[in-house]
Amino acid sequence: MNIWSFLVKRLLLMVIVLFGVSCIVFFIAHVIPADPVGALVGGNAPPEVVDRMRAKLGYDQPIAIQFVRFITGAVRGDFGISIKTNNPVMEDIRNYFPATMELALVAIVISVFLGVVLGVLSAVHRNRLVDHFSRVFSILGVSMPVFWIGLLLILLFYYKLDWLPGGGRLDFFSYPPDRITGMYLLDSLLTGNWEAFKDAFLHILLPAFVLGYNSTASIARITRSSMLEVLKQDYIRTAKSKGLRRRLVIYRHGLRNALIPTVTIIGLVFGGLLEGAVLTETVFSWPGLGRYITAGLLSLDYPAVMGGTLYIAFIYSLANLIVDFLYAILDPRMRT
Amino acid sequence: MKTKTKLNSFSLKNKPYLDDLKHTWYLWKKSRLTMVGSILILFFLAVALFSPLLMPFDPVTQDLPNKLRPPSWQHLFGTDQFGRDIFSRVIAGSRLALWIILLVSVISGGIGTTIGIIAGYFGGFIDDLLMRITDMFLAFPSLVLAMAFAAMMGPNLTNMIIAISLVYWTTYARLARAEAIKIKNQPYIESIRSVGAGNLRIIFLHVLPMCISPVLVQLTLRMGTIILTAAGLGFLGLGAQPPTPEWGAMVSDGRNFLVDQWWISTFPGFAIILVVLGFNLLGDGIRDMLDPRLRR
Repeated sequence: MNIWSFLVKRLLLMVIVLFGVSCIVFFIAHVIPADPVGALVGGNAPPEVVDRMRAKLGYDQPIAIQFVRFITGAVRGDFGISIKTNNPVMEDIRNYFPATMELALVAIVISVFLGVVLGVLSAVHRNRLVDHFSRVFSILGVSMPVFWIGLLLILLFYYKLDWLPGGGRLDFFSYPPDRITGMYLLDSLLTGNWEAFKDAFLHILLPAFVLGYNSTASIARITRSSMLEVLKQDYIRTAKSKGLRRRLVIYRHGLRNALIPTVTIIGLVFGGLLEGAVLTETVFSWPGLGRYITAGLLSLDYPAVMGGTLYIAFIYSLANLIVDFLYAILDPRMRT
Repeated sequence: MKTKTKLNSFSLKNKPYLDDLKHTWYLWKKSRLTMVGSILILFFLAVALFSPLLMPFDPVTQDLPNKLRPPSWQHLFGTDQFGRDIFSRVIAGSRLALWIILLVSVISGGIGTTIGIIAGYFGGFIDDLLMRITDMFLAFPSLVLAMAFAAMMGPNLTNMIIAISLVYWTTYARLARAEAIKIKNQPYIESIRSVGAGNLRIIFLHVLPMCISPVLVQLTLRMGTIILTAAGLGFLGLGAQPPTPEWGAMVSDGRNFLVDQWWISTFPGFAIILVVLGFNLLGDGIRDMLDPRLRR
């Protein structure tokens, strides 16, 4: 089977799964009893107000019609109007998602860097102090609740030391750079707005570190074990016996070959990042999609929750698809 | 004399198992990190079991004259904005955490094993259907899905446990399915069937016991994640509600007092870390012990 038919097959599967995902999202929002209209207008509202609101939101229709509406809308990227912000949900997502994406990308850079360095150190100094230290360090990262370490870092770096800002994407009084992608770091670079770049960079440091440190462990673990495997190979011994410097052997002959499994785990890590982003965004008042969904959940803003959740599931599936695709390119045995 | 021969025959018959067990014991002792993890978990279990004896104060009763006291000998971890002793609340939280872990493990393990065995054993259309449903649940970041379930059912402790279980069963389903497929093609299953055993009998007496051990291992590996998810939901206000002494909710309680009363958020967080760290170290150790490449 060639790579294109593999891709088409995976895409078809993804469409089916996404349809099921929309069913789950719809089910969660409609079959389980909670009263969004009541939450919106308050418990003591006169019945006619409740009825009018219900009609306006389309909740007076039979459930089947609501479902068809939701699905046909979702296909066109129309998730209705958010009850809370009064904007089309898709427009809100377009505003909030780049923030999450920016955070996740910077975090993934941090966690890949930390993970690979720690993993290589662990493997090269196996069962020695360095190994123990880096294993404990990375396991500690995955054991700490992101919201807790986030709070403590804010306390230290913002309140006590006053080195870094305490939340948000920019200072209160600065203007965001002209919008191209919605990611402030990238936009300010593209427009040459150094002021904004510095500001955005300082703001993203803490949340991205918290998020990235959280996913370091799995990358370090994979790198360590694949590095151990590679260092046992014959060509490493050959390289060593040729008299090459140790460093050269480790980095050129070892690390390059050990990184293939690491590449494939990045997709998994990305999923974990989206999850951690919900909590990180809450702690750092980062205006991203996770916070949007959380706020929607707490105020029973159904369109926002359904749209946001579906969108996250879509991105998550897309990331998995890309990883599968990469894997298929790297390893032909996977194309079944 | 007679008992001795009995003992000998016992140890002879089970020699391979005993040797294996001894080797496992040896591996456990050799890995210091695994030992640290085991000790942390034992400590956690002990605290959770004996929590009523260890708490110096009632974890829920308010004592407003003593609010926001810093850590001292009387209140080891200080008191919160309602004057409740944080040390007692952290201890009470351990029992709650253990309860959450056990319930989530039983429910999600149960759902997962059932679905996985049915899919793997019957195969064909049922397998396709059930596995596509599993894929759908895997298409969400698990915390996001758990949040949605918890919020819509109404945030409280029970619903949070149900929500986490509804998200976590997928891994076990896949494991149990793979195992069931492997077993159902064994010759002995065929011979049992030819004797006249029905599907139910085969599933319960022959497939299920074989599927359970990989599921159990995976369950222990994920206990740390369960605590983190529960704490995350509690922190967001979608889990246990105050005044329930749940660690995540307690961290959230202290958020507004972070600058001057740091101890309210800090100590419950330490409790989470110690327990999750314990489970992760132990899990890492178990993974290494079960890895045939590292075992010998």
